[in-house]
Amino acid sequence: MSTVKTEREPMFSAKTKKLLIGPLSKDNPITVQVLGICSALAVTVKLEPAFVMSISVIAVTAISNLLISLLRNTIPPRIRIIVQLVVIAALVILVDQILKAYVYDVSKQLSVFVGLIITNCIIMGRLEAFAMANKPWPSFVDGIGNGLGYGIILIVVAFFRELLGSGTIWGFHVMPKAFYELGYVNNGLMILPPMALIVVGIIIWVQRSKNPDLQEEN
Amino acid sequence: MYSNGYIFRYASIMVILVAAILSAAAILLQPAQERNVKIEKIQDILRSANIESTTSNAEELYEKYIVKEIVINSAGEEIGVYTNGAFEKGDRRAFLIDLKTELKAKQQIKLGKPAQEPVFPIFVCHIDNEDIFIIPLYGMGLWGPVWGNIALKGDLNTVVGVTFGHKGETPGLGAEISTDIFTAQFPSKKLFDADGNFSSIVVVKGGVANSNIDPAHGVDGISGGTITSNGVSAMINDCLENYVTYIKNQKAI
Repeated sequence: MSTVKTEREPMFSAKTKKLLIGPLSKDNPITVQVLGICSALAVTVKLEPAFVMSISVIAVTAISNLLISLLRNTIPPRIRIIVQLVVIAALVILVDQILKAYVYDVSKQLSVFVGLIITNCIIMGRLEAFAMANKPWPSFVDGIGNGLGYGIILIVVAFFRELLGSGTIWGFHVMPKAFYELGYVNNGLMILPPMALIVVGIIIWVQRSKNPDLQEEN
Repeated sequence: MYSNGYIFRYASIMVILVAAILSAAAILLQPAQERNVKIEKIQDILRSANIESTTSNAEELYEKYIVKEIVINSAGEEIGVYTNGAFEKGDRRAFLIDLKTELKAKQQIKLGKPAQEPVFPIFVCHIDNEDIFIIPLYGMGLWGPVWGNIALKGDLNTVVGVTFGHKGETPGLGAEISTDIFTAQFPSKKLFDADGNFSSIVVVKGGVANSNIDPAHGVDGISGGTITSNGVSAMINDCLENYVTYIKNQKAI
């Protein structure tokens, strides 16, 4: 009698863990793959909108990855991009409507950028590269991982921009008054979009100097 | 291989499903969204009269302080008065008037095109035994619309406070119009000069002190935000000029 063991993969095998952790460091969508930069510049003036944007992107990447993975065997290859876009667009519109109904202030600050999640290359990229060829659970984890990888950079950038640009964190004043009395001034440049690029650049620099295998040879 | 029929069926079912889900969501969330817009409007009106409110108590404070909503026509006659939840005159509520449409109608008439007679809203706020008149504003900035509210003392001349909002002015430059640093300049400015002529309030590039504008009618502009500043000046002038006849009539009484 042959004992064919159909081994079930545990929920968090080494492989799925890597899907979750990878995008946070060595496979980061923003700093390594350089995707989704546009929104990273726009919504990182303050921590709160950056946080809401991150949550929205995590939700959209995870759920769209899951849906596309569930449908992957039924989707005709000739219209697969259209199907992916419809799924993403539907989810993004849902997110936008929910934000407008429950966190109106933040949704006003995010304005068009929620809608622009549709064109965020991270999401299409993950659907095409991963969800079309993998089972639902790993796809879902991959979506969460990439969303988190995007979100973590957004939050780090927003933290520095808000702290140095407005002297606040999450809207609360943290810069001591004594600093201002000594002549410290909030750096208005931090509020403008170019500084987001520079902060992202610094993060990339730090990350590459810590991970020599990310450095390109030339 | 998938047949063409399959592809068509697949696409149609998908589109119909998605449409159904999105319409359901839009219908379910609409009341909450409309309420948010309304509360924002209320908060802006109250803030111009220096009443701080939160999203939860805004409606309550509005009921308490805004005692009267007046609608006037371009001849300065009251055509709608709404007070204590009932109409005293006419059937137009100031709160429900969309200033953008009214200003457009005014523009159309100026150009000689047919349009409905424009009407303009006023909110009367009763606080500390004093009546404060709040007039909403709407105009254009650099990148898109700017709007606001201006609150006047009982003499309909002295400014109590203002609020400004904008759709997408440049952060750090034009967007500064909605910060306290800018709006704090407005209180105690005057709309009419000593002879009783309407002279509005101008946002001055380079600062009031360096210009020949009476400090009672000017505030300092924002460096790097000149077009937005000019937009604000134009907005204040264009919106308030509609009330000049009304204000003069009030004073004559």
